[in-house]
Amino acid sequence: MHITRICTVIPPLVRLNGTVVFEDRAEDSPAFLKAAYRNLSVPYPKFFKMDNLCKLGFLATEYLLHDTNLAAHYSLNDTGIVFQNRSSSLETDEKHQESIRDRQNYFPSPSVFVYTLPNIVVGEVSIRHKIKGENALLISSEPDAGQLFGYVNELFLQDRVKCCIAGWVEAYHDHLSACLVLVEKKEMAKSFLQPGELFIFGLLNLERILNEVSQHARIDGKA
Amino acid sequence: MQELTEKLKKEIIEVLNLEDVSPEDIDADASLFGEGLGLDSIDALELIVLLEKNYGIKIEDPKEGRKIFASVRTMAEYILEHQKK
Repeated sequence: MHITRICTVIPPLVRLNGTVVFEDRAEDSPAFLKAAYRNLSVPYPKFFKMDNLCKLGFLATEYLLHDTNLAAHYSLNDTGIVFQNRSSSLETDEKHQESIRDRQNYFPSPSVFVYTLPNIVVGEVSIRHKIKGENALLISSEPDAGQLFGYVNELFLQDRVKCCIAGWVEAYHDHLSACLVLVEKKEMAKSFLQPGELFIFGLLNLERILNEVSQHARIDGKA
Repeated sequence: MQELTEKLKKEIIEVLNLEDVSPEDIDADASLFGEGLGLDSIDALELIVLLEKNYGIKIEDPKEGRKIFASVRTMAEYILEHQKK
């Protein structure tokens, strides 16, 4: 298993392979997400209809795969997605609950309701990149590299996928944090690296980064 | 009628989160779905909610939707015809 790219999104920074590729000190999470999207210059109007979790997963994947031409290396069925987060789709669940609380003013929004499942973020990324391989979203109170990459490794062992986008995608109000990596079964890695980059590293390093990312997502008192 | 179509354009942009679209970009006679604004099935449901919430009009037969939501103008005509006094 080879981890060949890493993208972290913790406002105000987006880092790709350790290098800051975007910075914006926006006043809140939606403004940061919008600015990070604008920076990509990717025309994808559906982005604006997504909830914050999906926007974060979408953006982290876009930055992760920037200039990789992944589809040229792996078939759509050979690419999987395994995400992990703490808050599930709680932010959107609360928004939906608010819209149905008053029986006298009962107008639940269909476009909010469709995001009341956490694995929709996996679906949005799959649609965007036409990925058809195995996918999952695991709920964990803390980033758990063992669980995450145990799952990915099992997919590799069973020959379900040859490449996987995996990592932590957590969004709950003003607490955004993402750490996604590109994991490849075989060492085709160097084709994704820029000249001069050497960024193949072990799980221990990743665990450290995931834990750092987690600290930014911690919400005191939240279950 | 003109006032209502302009109001509808603003409401559609707001409820459907059409971030890069302004009311001037929407042709009142252009198709809302398909090649027009490119709306999808969830957007159609959102427009049904808009009619009920903002105009008190409940669409009982979903099959009517295709005709009602053909364009902003057909929406406005339907509202004028069915809005509760």
